[in-house]
Amino acid sequence: MPVIEVDHLRKTYGDHVAVADVSFDVEEGEIVGILGANGAGKTTTVECIEGLRSPDGGSISVLGLDPQRDRAALRRVLGVQLQAGELPERLRVAEAVELFAAFYDDPADPKQLIDRWGLGPKRDTAFRDLSGGQRQRLSIVLALVGRPRVAILDELTTGLDPQARRDAWAAIEQIRDEGVSVLLVTHIMEEAERLCDRVAVFDAGRVIALDSPAGLVAGFAGGQRLHFRPSAPIDDSVLQLLPEVDSVVRRGTAMEVGGRGELLTAVTSALARHGIVPTCLRVEQARLDDVVVALTARTPENV
Amino acid sequence: MSTSATAVLARTEARLFLREPGTVLLAMLLPTVLLLGLGAVPALREPAPVFGGQTFLTIFTPSLLGWSLAFLALQTMPAGLVTYREKGILRRLSITPVRPAVVLQVQLALNVATAVLGMALMVVVAVVVFGVEPPRHPLAFAVTFVIGTASMFALGLLVAALSPRAKAAAGWGTLGLLVTQFFGGLYLPKFLLPEIVIRVGEFVPPGIGAFQSAWTGDGAAPVQLAVLAGVAVVATVAAVRFFRWE
Repeated sequence: MPVIEVDHLRKTYGDHVAVADVSFDVEEGEIVGILGANGAGKTTTVECIEGLRSPDGGSISVLGLDPQRDRAALRRVLGVQLQAGELPERLRVAEAVELFAAFYDDPADPKQLIDRWGLGPKRDTAFRDLSGGQRQRLSIVLALVGRPRVAILDELTTGLDPQARRDAWAAIEQIRDEGVSVLLVTHIMEEAERLCDRVAVFDAGRVIALDSPAGLVAGFAGGQRLHFRPSAPIDDSVLQLLPEVDSVVRRGTAMEVGGRGELLTAVTSALARHGIVPTCLRVEQARLDDVVVALTARTPENV
Repeated sequence: MSTSATAVLARTEARLFLREPGTVLLAMLLPTVLLLGLGAVPALREPAPVFGGQTFLTIFTPSLLGWSLAFLALQTMPAGLVTYREKGILRRLSITPVRPAVVLQVQLALNVATAVLGMALMVVVAVVVFGVEPPRHPLAFAVTFVIGTASMFALGLLVAALSPRAKAAAGWGTLGLLVTQFFGGLYLPKFLLPEIVIRVGEFVPPGIGAFQSAWTGDGAAPVQLAVLAGVAVVATVAAVRFFRWE
């Protein structure tokens, strides 16, 4: 059973349609990413799931709870890291974590969590004296201190340096291994590729693609490119007839074949049937951000 | 949410409150310090006909009562709440099992407690050190105290509800502080104020006139107390109506 189910969600502010029609789900133990440009409806969707905003249409279920009707029950099982959330200036790290721990029935050990997120040396530092990265880590700790079954992390690693970012990814994988399902809003493609089992690509208030990062890349027209020199002359049509192939281009004696799916297998076996060996074979894969940019550029709103 | 969550929240907020010692000292101790300064002048301790046969200290002390109340109710508390809202702290709390209303209650309780301490300290110093008569009508004084405090904090909540930013809250709070203290006779003792200001001032929170009646006069001032109670109710209802958590 999915832990989060969003079904035809719609949310408008006056004339402005923030979320037109969004459906997706998060399975137990899964990390699902939400990608998309600013204004695509990501944060509004997440805020509806958190119960901070009431939808105008469609339905949302989190662990079988309705975020509007069952707010109290939802808050005990949901951990949320907000994009921009501050704390009182003079509140110290350990005090903040202990305070939030007191809100939950069965919290994590504050000290352990502080150490795990590398804030041990800062436990007695006031919030106003923390760096951006330290504040970010504190906000993740506060999202996790209640031992949530579902965590929603909005721009998890924004403001973290590359090493801290990698540490954060490892820590998120660890909490997933402990059974927490994660919904991750992100701008960072490397993060989505590394962490997410599936990603939902948002554009103009809709989900325009929902697949694993590898599946998105593989299914994308021209997402893969093969470069090779055939050992003997070959007719373009041999390759063009393959369903996986989108384009065939000759550059002197070299060939460049663009396509999707199991492109490499399809092309090499077709060549083999004609007794041709591809030499200097090189496979080029589109990166997730190429795919996302191409997907979101296609819709008329962005032209 | 358990009671321990409220207890931890109260303890944490109290700590944060005490980390601003300037505010606490200014709010709580200023009236007592002023009283000590004025009391050091021998002439102000002598009964005089211009004060109706009482000492200046006796007639002026009730005006000092308003300071702690106004400072905490109109400045410290609304600025604190609006800052919490502005920084998204109330919003952050609203996605935990604790209701943000608990934060509001804790802040209210802390500020009320500090105001009560400040006023009690000043009354004790006035009575014990300077021989000002203790309140003649203790019950009326207690009732006035409760209603006066409620009216000021209700106005403070209204300031918090209507101010979109901390700067606006500080502005309205300062205006409220100046106006209430003027009508309470803190800047100019009442015998120097025109009659109309004194009459109007009787109905301006926290009701210094009512404090005076209960302390040195004829007892409770029912009409003034009723008006102040009305202010408290209306301001609270409006504050609840307009308060935004984000």
